[in-house]
Amino acid sequence: MSTPNHRLDALRGDAAPVDHNARTIAALAGNPGCDRRAVLDAAGIHKQNTAVHLGHPAPFGQSPFALARARSFEELVKADGCAHLLRLLRDTLGLSIPEVAYTDIADVGGNAAHQLRHTHTRAELRRAAEDDERSCTLFDHPLLKLPVAGHEVYLEPAVIAFQIGGRFHIVEIKSFAIIDETADSAQVAAASRLSALYVYALKALFEAEGIDPDRVSHEVVLVCPKDFANHPTATLLDVRQQLASLRRQLSRLTGIDRILDRLPPDLSFTLDQSPAELARAIRTVEARYAPECLSSCEMAYFCRADARACGSLDALGRTTRDDLGGLESVDAVLDLVGGDLLASPEHAEILGQLRHVGAIYGEHTEAKAVAWAS
Amino acid sequence: MGIVTSYARALAVREGRAQPIATVRHLHLSARPMVFIPLKLAGEAAAPLGAMVGTDPADPRLLVVPQPRNRDLRFAFMAELAQIMLPYIEGFATATETVTGRNERERYLDAPQILVPGGRAIEFVRLLGRSTRFRRTDGPYPVDPSVPVLGQWLTFLYERTEFAGSSALVPVTEALALHWATGQSPLEDANLATLLAWISPPPGLTGQEAAAAAENPLDWPPAGPDTDPGFDAQVLQHAIRAYDASGSPALVRQALRTQLEPTWRLMWQAVDQLRGLPEAASVAERWAFDRDQYTREVARLADGGPPRGRRDQAGPAAIRLWDMEAAQQTYDAQRAYDDPLVMTEHRATGKAFTGEAVHVDADRRILLPGGKKPVPRPLVTVRTGDPVRLTPGKKVFSVHRRKQSAEIVEIDGDIVVVQLNDQLAKGAGVPTAGDAVCFTELDLGGRIRPGFPTGEETPWTHGGPPAAYVPTDEDAVEAWS
Repeated sequence: MSTPNHRLDALRGDAAPVDHNARTIAALAGNPGCDRRAVLDAAGIHKQNTAVHLGHPAPFGQSPFALARARSFEELVKADGCAHLLRLLRDTLGLSIPEVAYTDIADVGGNAAHQLRHTHTRAELRRAAEDDERSCTLFDHPLLKLPVAGHEVYLEPAVIAFQIGGRFHIVEIKSFAIIDETADSAQVAAASRLSALYVYALKALFEAEGIDPDRVSHEVVLVCPKDFANHPTATLLDVRQQLASLRRQLSRLTGIDRILDRLPPDLSFTLDQSPAELARAIRTVEARYAPECLSSCEMAYFCRADARACGSLDALGRTTRDDLGGLESVDAVLDLVGGDLLASPEHAEILGQLRHVGAIYGEHTEAKAVAWAS
Repeated sequence: MGIVTSYARALAVREGRAQPIATVRHLHLSARPMVFIPLKLAGEAAAPLGAMVGTDPADPRLLVVPQPRNRDLRFAFMAELAQIMLPYIEGFATATETVTGRNERERYLDAPQILVPGGRAIEFVRLLGRSTRFRRTDGPYPVDPSVPVLGQWLTFLYERTEFAGSSALVPVTEALALHWATGQSPLEDANLATLLAWISPPPGLTGQEAAAAAENPLDWPPAGPDTDPGFDAQVLQHAIRAYDASGSPALVRQALRTQLEPTWRLMWQAVDQLRGLPEAASVAERWAFDRDQYTREVARLADGGPPRGRRDQAGPAAIRLWDMEAAQQTYDAQRAYDDPLVMTEHRATGKAFTGEAVHVDADRRILLPGGKKPVPRPLVTVRTGDPVRLTPGKKVFSVHRRKQSAEIVEIDGDIVVVQLNDQLAKGAGVPTAGDAVCFTELDLGGRIRPGFPTGEETPWTHGGPPAAYVPTDEDAVEAWS
């Protein structure tokens, strides 16, 4: 039996692997039951190209205006040796920060190889943790590594690790506004999930180095524009809850090797196959579609088409699924109500409820249905 | 949501079109609503990019900000918007009626109603209001006098949306989803184009097929305020550069027109769709409350009322919360009383039951504890097919006589015995055997708000008496970049 990494490479073929980043891992952790996403991500498959080849492109993409704004805000915060950032850190953490060393780990002698940058990150952080003399350091672009579903992935560095007096904080710079001390809750939630992932990876790194992981703070510094201006402001986000749920979700991710064991040995997801062949190959790995996937997974439109084709209730959203008490499909629901299908004992209760609803519903809509048809 | 909606969704998939989940319209629809479709620049908190606005489907007004990062152009946009919106909003402050009763007052006969595509547009209205209401017409960064007034009105309209049942500022997708269940998920229902595709698919297409076609952002651009990232990259960026180079907004106008016109047509199609439903019984009462609030705001602004502060103070916040909860309770109950399909949901979950009065003891009198003489307390025995999950002693209300309260005495299989407790003057309000009856625990509310401490009485637990809010110079010149 070949090793999981070999098998994953074989699934991808000659195409270059796509890196995980905090966003993809957060999306994966958000739907831990989806084997399809786990395998495609672990194999580094370009999901967008795959979806296009299958004829179900996801209309993803970021506006150039949003990207430009994010970039210019980040530059502003980091300008003049992170002058803004230091001021904010003094204010939010209430620290008197005397002097600061700034280390950008992104360039290691011009060599950007992952392994090298990661080794460098480890060395730098280790030195900072052990050396009491260096009172305060900012590490930009630390490249962290994380085992996901039994597979080591690198985290694209988009944060700063800040060390003061041997205590480490993650600093996340986001360009959504905090207006009158409140921000869009969905964006704060997404930012907390991403930050939690960095905290988690940093703690893992410390543990591997034999350093106390509690020296990584669960309080993340979130830097955002204040009100309608471009002026930065900072707040502390407590990500303990996100950290706990992340830990739970990552542990629930089925080990990749166990999924791979169930797949046919000659399986391949390369794009030189016909769309029909590729679709058949993809379908051998089970997906767990939910409408939330539409905003977080490039494969979502393909999976949705499959879910709809078999009348799965998943396509109608979690609430509907829960309301209909564990029934699987539209046909199951309507045939039970219509009496064309016999209910199994575990569905007896929902059947009673549905027949009752179906009867009253028919009573009140029949007259209208006639009017509609005409 | 609930089992009726979920059942209707399943049915919609099989039937290939949206299924009704209401038999009447649960919101007020003005004879002359104003449709407002704002767009914002991606990545910015509240940078307006353009808007289509108007009261005549055949005559939309297109406003654009050819360089959305330019502060002066933004305020010019707001001033232009004010020229269209303020005459509409203020134009309803003409004829009044006198409301008699405990709190006698005048009330305008009609009020403005603004329709926007969805919840994101509502949030954008809030931010537009927030970024303009503190502005001043003098000082370092003067703005057109109409801008802060519009800011106050947008803030007022946004705040009405926090109260269930208000029809002052309506997100149309949510209004449609209240009346029809589609064969897609609630998440996808937020897309106006696919939602309408399910509700009224073009001839020859199923809802599923029509919705799939409506997902193409080239044919059906997003209803805003967020624009399609592809449009931003391929069209808008170029058009804004052309403006920067030439000073001519023509390309930006043309680009935004393509993004807004399809949504404009959909908005009016949605209005027609909703007009096709008869208005529910309680809508007039809720709209009267909207008119009351409008009347108060007109008077407040005429008195030079200051813009609402950035944050609520403890006292007003507590009152607001109480009012919001009361509005929600009344709204939920009224919708069920008004609409047998909405009531179906409560019947399915055992909070309501309908049936036939099989026996009525109209002359029953009992001696209440501490009472001196027996009072009438008729008993109605109901046979129902509903799974009743109410317990003896539970207070219920009669749907057919809205103010009458009753209580459950006994439940035995499909037989429920109910004791009527009030509204019994001269034997009225008692059903006779054979009548159809419906009782529910849903309470219409309508109680008077309890006394809350005044500002000066704010307890120390809530920070003590707050300093009065005075708009500051800082607020007025706040950056909007």
